[in-house]
Amino acid sequence: MENHLLSILLAIPLVGAALILFLPKDKESLIRWTGFVVTIVAFLVSLFVLYKFKPAFPLFQMIDQMLWINTLHTYYAVGIDGISLPLVILTTFLMPLTMISSWKSIKKKVREFTFFMLLLEVGMIGVFISLDMFLFYIFWEFMLIPMYFIIGIWGGEQRIYASLKFFIYTMAGSLLMLVAIIFIGFYATEKLGYFTTLVTHFYTIGPELPVTISRWLFLAFTISFAIKVPLFPFHTWLPDAHVQAPTAGSVILAGVLLKMGTYGMIRFSIPIFPESAKYFAPYVSALAVIGIIYGALVAMVQKDMKKLVAYSSVAHLGFVVLGIFSFTVEGMQGAVLQMVNHGLSTGALFLLVGIVYERTHTREISEYGGIAKITPVFSTLFLIVCLSSIGLPGLNGFIGEFLILLGAFQSAVLGSWAFSIIASSGVIFAAVYLLWMYQRVVFGPVKNEKLLKLKDVTVLEFSIISIIVLFIVWIGVYPTTFLNWSDATVTNYIMKSLRQIGGIVN
Amino acid sequence: MELKDLYYSIPLIIIAAGILLELVIEMFVSNAKKILPILTFFILLIAGYYSLFTINQKIGIDGINGIFNGMMNIGGRAHLFYFLFNFGGALLVLISLNYIRKIEIDLGEYYILLLSSILGMMFIAGARSLVMIFIGLEQMSICFYILAGFRRKNMLSNEASLKYFLLGSFATGFLVYGLALIFGSVGSLMLFDLYSNALQLAKNPLFLIGILLFLVGFTFKIAAFPFHLWAPDVYEGAPTSVSAFMATLGKAAAFSALLLIMPGVTSIGANNVFLQILGVISVLSMMYGSIVAIVQSDFKRMLAYSSIAHAGYMIIGLASGNVNGTSGIIFYLTAYTFMNIGAFGIIALLENSEGSFLKIENYRGLASRSPMLAGLMAVFLFALSGLPPFAGFFGKYYIFYAAIQSNQVWLALFGVLSSVISVYFYLRVIVLMYFSEPADDAPIGELSQSGLMAIGAALVLVIALGVMPGSLIELINLLN
Repeated sequence: MENHLLSILLAIPLVGAALILFLPKDKESLIRWTGFVVTIVAFLVSLFVLYKFKPAFPLFQMIDQMLWINTLHTYYAVGIDGISLPLVILTTFLMPLTMISSWKSIKKKVREFTFFMLLLEVGMIGVFISLDMFLFYIFWEFMLIPMYFIIGIWGGEQRIYASLKFFIYTMAGSLLMLVAIIFIGFYATEKLGYFTTLVTHFYTIGPELPVTISRWLFLAFTISFAIKVPLFPFHTWLPDAHVQAPTAGSVILAGVLLKMGTYGMIRFSIPIFPESAKYFAPYVSALAVIGIIYGALVAMVQKDMKKLVAYSSVAHLGFVVLGIFSFTVEGMQGAVLQMVNHGLSTGALFLLVGIVYERTHTREISEYGGIAKITPVFSTLFLIVCLSSIGLPGLNGFIGEFLILLGAFQSAVLGSWAFSIIASSGVIFAAVYLLWMYQRVVFGPVKNEKLLKLKDVTVLEFSIISIIVLFIVWIGVYPTTFLNWSDATVTNYIMKSLRQIGGIVN
Repeated sequence: MELKDLYYSIPLIIIAAGILLELVIEMFVSNAKKILPILTFFILLIAGYYSLFTINQKIGIDGINGIFNGMMNIGGRAHLFYFLFNFGGALLVLISLNYIRKIEIDLGEYYILLLSSILGMMFIAGARSLVMIFIGLEQMSICFYILAGFRRKNMLSNEASLKYFLLGSFATGFLVYGLALIFGSVGSLMLFDLYSNALQLAKNPLFLIGILLFLVGFTFKIAAFPFHLWAPDVYEGAPTSVSAFMATLGKAAAFSALLLIMPGVTSIGANNVFLQILGVISVLSMMYGSIVAIVQSDFKRMLAYSSIAHAGYMIIGLASGNVNGTSGIIFYLTAYTFMNIGAFGIIALLENSEGSFLKIENYRGLASRSPMLAGLMAVFLFALSGLPPFAGFFGKYYIFYAAIQSNQVWLALFGVLSSVISVYFYLRVIVLMYFSEPADDAPIGELSQSGLMAIGAALVLVIALGVMPGSLIELINLLN
């Protein structure tokens, strides 16, 4: 039972999706409830995974492995460690919330929507727990299909352009990775005597690759992940996709999908090509820092709230990448935590923007103003979430960003304080664009007559947001609960990487 | 010839006897139109399954035996192809059943020609002699020429037939010349003599020219660049069920001939020039097919260009020049056959005698008019574009695997590039089906049950081959 726990977790949304197809199309509330119950069950199972998880054990655990394609030595192999665990929980946590939040906003084709959301969950969980590159790749690519439909069917005006751009961008990157995967598999043939795509084998084979080949393969992997993150200058699909996607799509896109890129960097780029990762670390970090500043500056001038949040993602994910490539325990811990933080804060921001959009049908900042008195509860929640995104001490964002900056500051691999210093200014910019937006939307005189009729959040909406806020505060006040999950894994990971690149273990 | 040759050639005999039987029924039985499709379906199914179950009775692989005085191989890869032709043919019969009635070409000859061309394909796949390849190819092609022009009152159909016939005859000319040169330099028509003397033959310019001309002939048949020009016009003009037939099984048969000769020629180090030629052909086919498909407005033309690109992917397998390349091609052909039967099948299901649903534009809003058909079409298009977890993905994976194994990473990279480009035009159909409002809300009329069955079978195979590709790959490797 325990061995198959992760497979069960993976199977639940898949079975749910199949079930949805057989429900009658017009029984919308039945379909919605089924979808919601399935995601709740998946969340409960993931909590059970958490309960069974041994944080002190630094390697993969709960491994479920089975030979899949004999001739290629390809395995169905899933497992979890301290880095993937928080992301799996984040996924299963956000899914039920988005399911309820789309209760009202999704009115057409409910059955298809629920079906695609559940398929998306399969893909997302699969990406985080796969231990075979082939399996990983299948989930990685497969996930494009439901997301493509979610943006394309339920999206805004420009949805076709946005969904196509999203699809082709991601696919172009990932196919290069596929070629790289096969290439390493063959390199393994020379060492092991058989073709393999098992991640653990890649960890032993990868560092022995000749330097030039390793550099190219590192780029093939990392560009594919950088597109997903998105790292500057591969970010142009993101604002389009985010703005056009329905609220549920944006929440999942920002909350989970972007993390796949950073997760891929942690899981594959660095351990398989440690030497090249070290070589490219300053360049990647430079792009990350550019992304932090650029994302913040562009966010500042946005007129559309959703677009503002989308660009803020570019900046926030820049922090995560900086933390990853600092090669320090603090940086990596911060990166893992910040991935979760960003999922919570940005997810909540998109939900809040979605809530007012449903009522006013506009996201233009200039259309709003002075809603503090009209919708006090909304304004309070909005403030907390904005502050968490800015990184106010006491809320979650601060812990993650602080750890990352600390890591980057003392990083021997980056070798310069500059990264940390410039990145810190990103925190200030974040305060500027978010608080300025908040001020224009919430304070000041009521500009628009229509806003007077604006209704405050409903009980349901309040409970969705406050569950997220609970965690925002929890991580901010007592992050140890969450840092403990990944502590042993990250420490071991960094020690191993530093040994491989010949750095000093500090 | 010995008596046991007849026993070994049961799959061929079933089909041949079926053709004769149907000829008689067509002439003398009054309700032949009702009997023939059912009879053809069962003949193909029986022959197909018989071939599959006797796949292990290998005769002729050792090079000495073979049946009919060493003219044909039995068992092994030949039977795998027999199964593909027969089973694919059976699905196409199910699709044709209602379709030819709808577009008023409901003639008994249709099924007889279908069976005859499948017999020709089987001759090619089982050939041990150059003559058998040629006879099989001609038998297949002549049936195709007639089938393409089956809508006698339709201008496009006539054009397709004539164009295919003229260009096809021209290509055959090259092929015959090539075969003659090969025969002249080898001194025998037997493929076995070609394999065993390949090392000396590699130095013989006549032999090399012969192979080159052979390649010209077959590049035409598989519709690869630069001899692809017929494909879009013929696929567009021919009845949809016939286009499906030519695009899938016709291509598979031509590839089976290439697989008989090319690996024998390219496996010798000195002949690497052919690997390079094949590499260039494959890259040009992939790029040309994918790019030109983008601007098509006719669905069948688009699928024709996509099939040019797919031919390119498969030639990567030949250009790799290793065993995995060969296995990859066979896997890809199987996957490709069922993906395309699905896509063409849906067009055939929707099309009527006025030619509705032939333009891509007609698929606007199909998802709200018929969610099931739109869903099926989406799956087949995703499979064709090579997305996991469908069969097309593993086909590409294995082909790229073979290319990288033979250190031809550039082929894999071009394959990747072409895949990304091709996503665009496959998605265009999905955009229209799902993201656009229908132009008219008229519900889709009654759909042919038999056609849906065939498409359902193709769907099951496309998913099964994608999720569990191991079983087929193992079988193919076992037969090599």
